[in-house]
Amino acid sequence: MKPALTCDFLGLPLRNPIVLASGILGTSADVLERVARAGAGAVTAKSCGPAPRAGHPNPVAVDWGHGLLNAIGLTNPGAEEEARMLAEARTRLEPLDVALIASIFAGTVAEFGDVARIIAEAHPHLIEVNISCPNVADEFGTPFAATCESAAAVTEAVKCNVGDIPISVKLAPNVPNIGRIAAAAVEAGADAITAVNTMPGMLIDAEAGRPVLSNRTGGVSGPALKPIALRCVYEIARAVRVPIIGTGGVTTGRDAAEMLMAGATAVGVGSAVWTRGPEALGDIAAELAAFMAQEGYQTLNDLQGIVLRL
Amino acid sequence: MHQTFTITEIRTENYRTKTFIFDKPLPDAQPGQYVMAWLPDVGEKPFSIAGANPLALMVVAVGPFSEALHRLDVDDRVWVRGPLGQGFTLRGRHHLLVGGGYGVAPLLFLARTSLTDGHTVDVCIGARTGEDVLLAGAFGSTDSTDFNRLAEKKPVSSVQSVDKLSITTEDGTLGERGLVTQAVEAAIAARRPDCVYACGPVPMLTALAQQCQAHNLPHQFSWEAHLRCGLGICGSCELNAQTRQVANIPAGWLVCKDGPVRIMNHES
Repeated sequence: MKPALTCDFLGLPLRNPIVLASGILGTSADVLERVARAGAGAVTAKSCGPAPRAGHPNPVAVDWGHGLLNAIGLTNPGAEEEARMLAEARTRLEPLDVALIASIFAGTVAEFGDVARIIAEAHPHLIEVNISCPNVADEFGTPFAATCESAAAVTEAVKCNVGDIPISVKLAPNVPNIGRIAAAAVEAGADAITAVNTMPGMLIDAEAGRPVLSNRTGGVSGPALKPIALRCVYEIARAVRVPIIGTGGVTTGRDAAEMLMAGATAVGVGSAVWTRGPEALGDIAAELAAFMAQEGYQTLNDLQGIVLRL
Repeated sequence: MHQTFTITEIRTENYRTKTFIFDKPLPDAQPGQYVMAWLPDVGEKPFSIAGANPLALMVVAVGPFSEALHRLDVDDRVWVRGPLGQGFTLRGRHHLLVGGGYGVAPLLFLARTSLTDGHTVDVCIGARTGEDVLLAGAFGSTDSTDFNRLAEKKPVSSVQSVDKLSITTEDGTLGERGLVTQAVEAAIAARRPDCVYACGPVPMLTALAQQCQAHNLPHQFSWEAHLRCGLGICGSCELNAQTRQVANIPAGWLVCKDGPVRIMNHES
């Protein structure tokens, strides 16, 4: 029997668990539709904040051989324009049976609430709360994902502004106890957790004697992030009972299986788009199905969280 | 990651354009691909590959970054990542190359590649005014001695000779007066190409796309957009809907990764 990739995410049926991660493409209804047609189960838009931002100057991203380092700098058109884009994207994705996830960020708790209210008007299926971008500390200070208190404060502010739209809080990997942060977010109203954002990192060009990125530091993603992400998802799954979008270094269907085994319900894919194109999402879903068939797993439930039960 | 390249020669092409020739090849580069050139503390910008063995980049001084490049001397270094993106893929044996302004840079690389294979090449160059016509000498040289001498070391050298070179300027200061599309119409009438290859400003390309569609000609155009990551992830380089529609380019097409060359090889 062919294994089933369908999954239930907070009551939302997904045709497969592969989700376009926030920050990769996701800048327009056109590219979101393209990734949806390429086989994603859900797509996440790039994070938007209260006001338009151009982002950082180049270089903003490099492939360093084991993944990417990027500091795009939260380029976005502002919440009002983003809501129009999301409404258009929602219409386009509807017939494709692909869920739309919005992503929001802000510099203060109050602004998070404001952005959430505007974005909720576009009726995305889920709103992801990005409290963990590592590349804007100069402007916004320490990410809200760094402490239980700030993570909970943002979660509450968002939750009371979005009506019945579920929210997923996106956590940072560079905290001493990610399970506690997840628990604080869930207690404050998070319906799901997305883990993880990129890992803060830095590359220096030795001949130049300079950091490679204009922002000096950036976020590590791709294969180098996978073991970090797997461990974070595992710790979160042990701490809370909400669904997790496990994200970080997933490049193949086998990687996706590992993420599900760590306790994820859905699997985010980002940097693999560089190496495999937007088709990566559908291809990874197909590879996951092939892996399940090979190993005798009938449904995602059969492999989901199996390392938690050891 | 970036690799360092050292400048070995700088050629002045016109009042605002220089070609930089570097100390080593850029492996696996195809005509139409580009590189990101980085000057630490200044910035990073995309440039078409004008030659790959050794690497050559033609730089028009149009802003702070290209002006900084123009201030460099022989023995200075430039940091390069690439080759990036999708380049031209030769189709058939009769090629028509169309360059607008500084869009000629990747076409010289393409012409040299196609002539090496013994194909025929017609070239139409268009520019606003005579002094903006670039590399006409390199395309137009029929002096094989000259080519051989230059070919030893210099990448942006004359091609063995194109079959026909037409130059068009909007003010008539060099070549025919008018738009390059007129020269293209004449070139197609004289010898129907198997494929039309072009690089230049967006208005030129959209006009040319309509022309190729009308003639039912396969075509490969290199498009310009605001490139940032160069990796197909940041989403900054989508073409606007109107351009896409005229040129028959699908929605969500990313110039930096799917392009810059859009290959339309099937006759419509």
